Amino acid sequence: MNEESRGGGMIIFATFMVGMVLSQMPLPDLLVWARPEWVVLILIYWVMALPHRVGMGSAFLIGVLLDVVRGSVLGLSALSLTLIAFLVLLLYKRLRMFPLWQQSFMVLVLVGINQLLFHWMQGITGTTGSSLLFLLPSVVSALVWPWLFLLLRAVRHTFYLS
Amino acid sequence: MKEGRAWLSLVVTPLQWVVDIPARVADSLSGVVVDRASLVRENEALKSEALVLERKVQQMAALTAENIRLRELLAADARLDPETRMVELIGVNPDPFQHQVILNQGIEDGVFVGQPVLDAGGVMGQVVNLSHYTSRVMLITDARSAVPVEVNRNGFRGIALGKGVLGELELEHIPDTADIRQGDLLVTSGLGGRFPRGYPVARVTEVVRDPGRPFKLIKAEPTARLDRSRYLLLVEYRSELSRVLAEPPHE
Repeated sequence: MNEESRGGGMIIFATFMVGMVLSQMPLPDLLVWARPEWVVLILIYWVMALPHRVGMGSAFLIGVLLDVVRGSVLGLSALSLTLIAFLVLLLYKRLRMFPLWQQSFMVLVLVGINQLLFHWMQGITGTTGSSLLFLLPSVVSALVWPWLFLLLRAVRHTFYLS
Repeated sequence: MKEGRAWLSLVVTPLQWVVDIPARVADSLSGVVVDRASLVRENEALKSEALVLERKVQQMAALTAENIRLRELLAADARLDPETRMVELIGVNPDPFQHQVILNQGIEDGVFVGQPVLDAGGVMGQVVNLSHYTSRVMLITDARSAVPVEVNRNGFRGIALGKGVLGELELEHIPDTADIRQGDLLVTSGLGGRFPRGYPVARVTEVVRDPGRPFKLIKAEPTARLDRSRYLLLVEYRSELSRVLAEPPHE
């Protein structure tokens, strides 16, 4: 690892921070259920693009931060993000070969797993409703994915992250 | 563990401020870009409102004195008016399943867990989580929230449960024969030891008596503007009960 890639770590962290800000932005009532899971998407991208740098450890740390931001039980997002990182680590070679629309389908499944796990565990602590609308973010995330992919790839190329 | 969480929150506090910037900018913009006519109108409305409130306060002084005298006659404790201070809302929990808001004061400002939060309309909720400079408030409509209430008209007691639906509370386990009608005001009964007594919580919107069910189904709408208030009041209220619970047990 040279100096350049250490500096790159800050860039990667910054994208996660932007993701967290976006995931906290207030939305109008109509769109509350349709918020893309920004942090999960950004994690999927970085694990897929740089699996040797962003892995389950970073996913865990980001998850703990996300829990603090969200106010959920400490470790909930950490667990679900670690699982997502694990799955992407298994899949990244295939994911890279896929065209964007096919990647979107995988993102739909991955974010769906994340949502299910997160809400299942929140149900254990008693904060849940009866609606299945919490799965909607996975669809929206899949729709957002191609654009986010292109954007983050541009970021990666601009800062020569590898 | 709680401490650790508070310290971790310190890391993300700037993030929460950043999230709040657009709302803040919009607020200040709408303060700058406003025409004179609407300001004059607002001013007049506020003046007339102040007049009405002042009239009520005039009566209030006499009533308070009378209340104290009557309570002395009954040899009951005098009711104290707890101190309040204004706080600003800086964030809302984006998870639609959780009704929580974030305030701009925390441990450093003397906020404590369980502290009641009010707005101009009534009870908003209670502080559930603290960090050094922010605190998290669970609104009364959260699925985990329960507020001990009584009907203002006749003192009938119940517990107002949040349903996870904004603008809806439910009173559970109210017997069919209980005297609760549509439009009744529910105020805090002060029994849980969390909320001071006598603050408005909700107004009953629907009373359904289904012979097939053991209890009445009673729905109520919070009087506080849970999704609109930006300036809230923190009440400096620790009841005897919570003080006793907070103390370590003696030998």
